Amino acid sequence: MEADRREFLKQTGLLLVLTGAAAQAWDFVLAGEPEKAPTYKLLDHWWAMAMDIRKCIGCGNCVRACKTENGVLLEPDCFRTWVERYHVHPDDPGHPEVDSPNGGYGGFPEKYKAGDGSKNFFVPKMCNHCAHSPCVQVCPVGATFESPDGVVLVDKTYCLGCRYCVQACPYGCRYIDPRTETVDKCSLCYHRITKGLTTACCEVCPMGARKLGDLKDPKDPIHDFLKDHMIHVLKPEMATGAKAYYNGLDGSVR
Amino acid sequence: MREWLRDREHMVRMGILFAGALAVFLVARAVMVPKDFGTYGHFRTGALADNMAHPLVFAGRQACGDCHDDIVASRKGSKHEQIGCEACHGALEAHASADDPSALKPKLPDVKTICLVCHRENVAKPAGFPQVDPKDHGDGGPCTSCHNPHHPEIS
Amino acid sequence: MESLLHSVQGYIYPDELQLQWSILIVLYPFITGLVAGAFILASLERVFNVEAVKPTYRLALLTALAFMIVAPLPLQLHLGHPERSFEMYLTPHTTSAMAMFGFVYLWYLMVVLVLEIWLDFRKDIVLMARASTGLKRMLYRAMALGSDNISERSLRIDDKVGKFITIVGIPSAILLHGYVGFIFGSVKANPWWSSALMPVVFIFSAMVSGIALVLLLYQFVSWYRRAAVDMPCLDTIARYLLYAFIIDFSLEMLDLVHRIYEADESFKTLDFMVHTKLYFSQIILQIIVGTLLPIGLLALVQLVKLTEQARRAIYGAAGLLTLVGIFAMRWNVVIGGQLFSKSLLGYTTYKMGLWTREGLLPAIILLILPFVILYMLVKLLPPWDKARGAEVPRAQG
Repeated sequence: MEADRREFLKQTGLLLVLTGAAAQAWDFVLAGEPEKAPTYKLLDHWWAMAMDIRKCIGCGNCVRACKTENGVLLEPDCFRTWVERYHVHPDDPGHPEVDSPNGGYGGFPEKYKAGDGSKNFFVPKMCNHCAHSPCVQVCPVGATFESPDGVVLVDKTYCLGCRYCVQACPYGCRYIDPRTETVDKCSLCYHRITKGLTTACCEVCPMGARKLGDLKDPKDPIHDFLKDHMIHVLKPEMATGAKAYYNGLDGSVR
Repeated sequence: MREWLRDREHMVRMGILFAGALAVFLVARAVMVPKDFGTYGHFRTGALADNMAHPLVFAGRQACGDCHDDIVASRKGSKHEQIGCEACHGALEAHASADDPSALKPKLPDVKTICLVCHRENVAKPAGFPQVDPKDHGDGGPCTSCHNPHHPEIS
Repeated sequence: MESLLHSVQGYIYPDELQLQWSILIVLYPFITGLVAGAFILASLERVFNVEAVKPTYRLALLTALAFMIVAPLPLQLHLGHPERSFEMYLTPHTTSAMAMFGFVYLWYLMVVLVLEIWLDFRKDIVLMARASTGLKRMLYRAMALGSDNISERSLRIDDKVGKFITIVGIPSAILLHGYVGFIFGSVKANPWWSSALMPVVFIFSAMVSGIALVLLLYQFVSWYRRAAVDMPCLDTIARYLLYAFIIDFSLEMLDLVHRIYEADESFKTLDFMVHTKLYFSQIILQIIVGTLLPIGLLALVQLVKLTEQARRAIYGAAGLLTLVGIFAMRWNVVIGGQLFSKSLLGYTTYKMGLWTREGLLPAIILLILPFVILYMLVKLLPPWDKARGAEVPRAQG
């Protein structure tokens, strides 16, 4: 079966299942000739995320899958992605009641009553993979960076653990992994998306409430998503060039 | 010249010391900066490969469909058609990439809990989403006694 | 972890539970502030010819050096990977305020402090090399770089270069500490920090703390050596402390009034924090005990004629309170800036460890260490002779 699968992926041009092929590709990248690499083309992609609040049901699948796929600690303060529940009274949108029990890892036990006149919804959160990332700006050594294909990554062998990036992220998307004493954050499942797969959170989202998109691919449905909906990003006043685009984002969301 | 130097000699010595330290620093820098630093920006290019090298845990629905095309077909047209297999069945790359996948048979999800992960009533869920209070929906039996999880509509 | 979770008020992003910058990062601006302040006081004499503070000139320089040597230690101790810190020299990221630390630090330590102290003490070093024997002689000879020349002309050259370095040193001192303020002031994600006033406030608070430290040290050292205190000198330093303090306090009040008047989206969250979690350290310690009280004491001396004894007691008290106040200010900036969530919807708590790597004990050791180093520096390079007036002729102009 494995052979069939490889064949299939090759035919659809997705490839890069083989670690051997990946290594070969990287020889070209390291030689400064990425264009000759046979597989993933670094400069042909510009990754973004389409989030649809109207679809999120707060099941927590994304949170669990992220921790599983990326080996994230199960601690209550280590999340690459998490889900928030908002409880907003229409006459007081400035003071939403928000919770995220264990990041939404175990879902959301019912807390509010229907018919109390409030507005209730879930907001999935993750690294916005900003094009002008404040976290990248402040890293003193270049241990966190924006990859040429638009992903904010961490070089765990180079990170000092100074935590300046944690302070600089307006969205609270970074934490220190106590096992490595380096910073950790969403990698947009870089190991998956460079093999033609989607991220773990998108893979398991039953509602399609989050969808990985490639802005450089004219055929990617993210273009329709951005065109057909009223789109907002988190904290636009921070001018971070956030690339997690939300449909149905309420003004009360911080 | 000698006359000029006489009372400045200590300064010159200090200058040489500083110049020496600077030279040592520049040499050390040239030697120690990672060779692949700075090709695509202010980072070690190898960090891209490091991030790529992380092992897969979820196989992705395409891999499931490679073998289980019968299930893919049975989900056609259902409300669950677009849901990734591993959303319910869990991470299965180990199964999918095994030499003999049948040897690593995944456990079936527990129907008493798996359906309610999504379908338990919650006011924060979108209004149109089908949600139930298990106490007054159905007859107390497992969901699968009425609903086929791959095609849950009751016809 | 569990108790920390229970201490959370309102909503914070899950990854915000633990504070990232601990008491060690409070120490860092506190210590560099003392360096910059002590140096600026020392340069008053040299550059602006304030003769009255001359007895503290060399002591202030050595104090600055002692604290400068310790300044990077809290940072090192706090890093997850201290062994990688040299990367800041290898691949400094030019957009990062922090990356410049290594260079500003080296510049200031080597080019400003070490050179200036070397030039100023060179005659003493050579004389001590001549007068001592054995290992001690070798040490002083090495410090003199093997030179035995203390001719009048060579000393005049030293003085000229020294004065130039002092002039370069003042902007360097301002850079050293201003950029520490910039590290905080430029974090746009954090409304408690993000302010163009931050570097300026840091510079003036640095001057305040450095002057207060020298004021205390000079009195202590005189008492310890049973030497007479030069009262005009002490009075002058105290006056400068008062002036710097008034400017510092005005700037902080300007920042406060600005925040209250603008009352942007973060205001209510921060205001609540100041009235609850930061009430003791900000209102009581920093503003009342550490600012208003010492300013009042120092102003009292200006307004009322007091005996020498009373003035010295007041200077001692005011100096101590000032240091407490400036430490509280650093605490409120660093710790306060991490107690509220960037969602502006809740608060977490700082649980300081005691014996842990970033706990209270290492912090106390790091605060004592500069005084140990200063003691050794003073033994190595006694700053007194010159202070008594046995003086190398200064180049004029």
